[in-house]
Amino acid sequence: MKGYQLLSISLVRKITITSATVIFLASCIEKDRKSVMGSLPDDSTYYQNPADSMVSFPKDWPESFGYGRTVLAEEISAWDIDVMPDGTGLPAGSGTVSEGSIIYKHKCTACHGVTGIEGPFDKLVGREPRNNFPFGKDYKYSSMRTIGNYWPYATTLFDYIRRAMPQNEPGSLTADEVYALSAYLLHLNEIVPSDAVMDLKTLPAIEMPARDRFVMDNRRGGREIR
Amino acid sequence: MEWKKIDQHLLSRRTLLAASGGLISGVILKTAANAMTVFSPTDPTKTIGRGSSAIGKRAPVEQLTRYVNRPTPSGESMCPIQDLVGIITPSDIHFERHHGGIPTIEPETYELLIHGMVERPMKFTLADLKRFPQRSRICFIECSGNGYSGYYKQGITEELSPQRLDGLLSTSEWTGMMLSTLFREVGVKPGAKWFLAEGSDAAVMTRSIPIEKAWDDAMIVFGQNGEAIRPEQGYPARLLLPGWEGNSQVKWIRRLELSDKPFMTREETSKYSDPLPDCTARLFSFVMDAKSIITFPSFPYVLPEKGWWEIQGFAWSGRGKIIRVEVSTDGGRNWYRAELQEPVLSKCQTRFRIPWNWNGRKSILMSRAIDETGYIQPSYAQLEKVRGKGTSYHFNHIRAWKVEQDGRVLLGLNEMA
Repeated sequence: MKGYQLLSISLVRKITITSATVIFLASCIEKDRKSVMGSLPDDSTYYQNPADSMVSFPKDWPESFGYGRTVLAEEISAWDIDVMPDGTGLPAGSGTVSEGSIIYKHKCTACHGVTGIEGPFDKLVGREPRNNFPFGKDYKYSSMRTIGNYWPYATTLFDYIRRAMPQNEPGSLTADEVYALSAYLLHLNEIVPSDAVMDLKTLPAIEMPARDRFVMDNRRGGREIR
Repeated sequence: MEWKKIDQHLLSRRTLLAASGGLISGVILKTAANAMTVFSPTDPTKTIGRGSSAIGKRAPVEQLTRYVNRPTPSGESMCPIQDLVGIITPSDIHFERHHGGIPTIEPETYELLIHGMVERPMKFTLADLKRFPQRSRICFIECSGNGYSGYYKQGITEELSPQRLDGLLSTSEWTGMMLSTLFREVGVKPGAKWFLAEGSDAAVMTRSIPIEKAWDDAMIVFGQNGEAIRPEQGYPARLLLPGWEGNSQVKWIRRLELSDKPFMTREETSKYSDPLPDCTARLFSFVMDAKSIITFPSFPYVLPEKGWWEIQGFAWSGRGKIIRVEVSTDGGRNWYRAELQEPVLSKCQTRFRIPWNWNGRKSILMSRAIDETGYIQPSYAQLEKVRGKGTSYHFNHIRAWKVEQDGRVLLGLNEMA
C-alpha cells in the first residue's frame, strides 16, 4: 500500500471537478438585504478559490477502492432527520398551539422558563428590539436574540427541536409533538395566531420577521477589513 | 510599509543570547506566586533513578490544565496557550467546546453515511475509512467565539491570562483521508453545492458546508498527534476543515448529505452568524482571519528585573501562511518585525519572537499578524467600526499587554483601541 502510494505521486493528473465563478460574491455587498435562499443563483459557487477548484487524484488509483457498502433506503431514512427551509424533510403529522403549550409546560420550562424568556438557558420568546435589527450595534442586544427577532427560518425550529431537545431526553419527541411545540413557540413570538396548526405545508410557508436580514460572508482576505 | 531600523531597544537575537547567556542557566521563570524557582538542590547524579514504564508522565512541577469555563454538556474549556513552547498542543489540553456533551461511541459499530446528491449512497466503517489512502497535516482549530470577553470588555478584569482570553485555540497533527477521496468513491452528482455534516452527539450537531471545501482541503480524521483522536475532539472520527471556525468541523461525524442548497441549521443561523452594524447578520463566516497574541510576557507572569527578555507569541490565519508578525512595545506607535519560527505552515499556529530590552518603565506590548493574502490583523477600532459593538464571533483584533514598573503584566483592556 505504501509503495503503491509513493509510485502514484509522480503520476498525478489534474482533473477539473468544478469551475468556480465569482458571480455571487462579487455582487454581494453589505447593504444587500436579499434573503440568502433567494440570492444564491443555481450556477454560482459560494467559496471562491480558483486554485482550489482543481483537485488531483493519482492517475493509477482504481475507479473505486471498493470499501464501504451501499445502503438501503430504510437505513438512510433512519438517520436523515434534517429539514430544509423549503420543507424538504418534514414528516407527516401536525400540532396545534394549545397542544404545544401543554408539552412546553412539562418538558421545556425547566431550561427556558414559564413564558420562554426566563431561562436559565436560551431565551426563546421576544420581538424586542422590534426596530431595524440592531444586534450588531451594541453588546446590550446580545442576550436579546430570540426565535421571533433573529431566527430566519421556521423550519429550523422543527429540525432543531426534533434532533436535540429536550436536553435530558434528546430525540424523544414525536413528529406531532415537534409540530405542536413549533406552533406554540411561533405563537408566543407573535408570528402565528392562537388557532394555528403546523404541518409539512404550513410550517415552511411562514416568513420569519428576520428572514431578509441575513447576508452571505463577504470577507476575502487581502487588505480590506470586513 | 516603512520599516524602522531596530534600535537600542530591539537588538538581534544573537546579541540577546550573548547578553543573557548567564541569566538563563539555573532559573525558570514562574508566575507571580513564585517569581523564580531554583533547580532542586539534591544532586541527581548521586542517586539511582527510576526505571522505565508503560506510560510517561509530566514532570511534577510542569502540570498543564485547561481552564474549565463551563463544566456543562454545552460548555467549554480553554487551552493554557501561555504555557506552550512549540506549535503542537498536547492532546490532553486541546480546548473543548461541546453542544451536547461528549458521546461514548464504540469503534466497532461506528459508521459514516454519505448520501443525498451522490451516485452511490454508502456507509463506511472505521476500518473502511482507514483503508483509504491516508494524509496527515498540522493545522489549528479555533472556536470562532475565541476572545469574546476581550472584545466586549464585560465581566473581566485586566488580570486575564492568554488562556482565559484566547484559549479556545489548539493545533494538532491530524491524520485521516481527504474528504475528496470519499466523495470520489460515492460519486458526486452534478449540481451538488453543499453538504450537511452531522455529528452523533446528543445535539446531533449539524452545519452546512460549501462543497468547494471538500475539493480543497477538508478531511475526515481519526488520528490526533500520532494516536487515535481523543473523545473530546470527536472519537472515533471528525470533520476537519483547515482554517475554518471550530463549530463547522463537526466532531463524532456520522452523516454527510450532499445538496444543492444550504440546510439553514440552528447553529449556522441563530448561533454562528455575525450581526453587523448595518442591521444585517453575516451567514457562513467560516474562515478565521489572521490573528496573533503575545503569550510571553503576559498575565500572570511577573518580570523580576529590567533587561533583556524575549517577547514570544502565536500567530495564525485561516487563509494560509503567516508571512510576517510585527511587535510594538510602545502601544502601537512603532512596530518591529519579529522572527518567525520554522516550520511556518499554512492554517497553523506559528510562533514568533523578538528580543526586548525592558528599561523598567511602563510598556504596552502588542503584536499584529500579516498573512499571505496581505491581510493585516486589525486594531480594535478598525474591527469595531466594521463589525459593531454587538457582533458575536471572529474577534481577531490586536491584543495588548501592559508591563507595569513593578514587572507585573496585565491585559491592556483600555490599551486595545
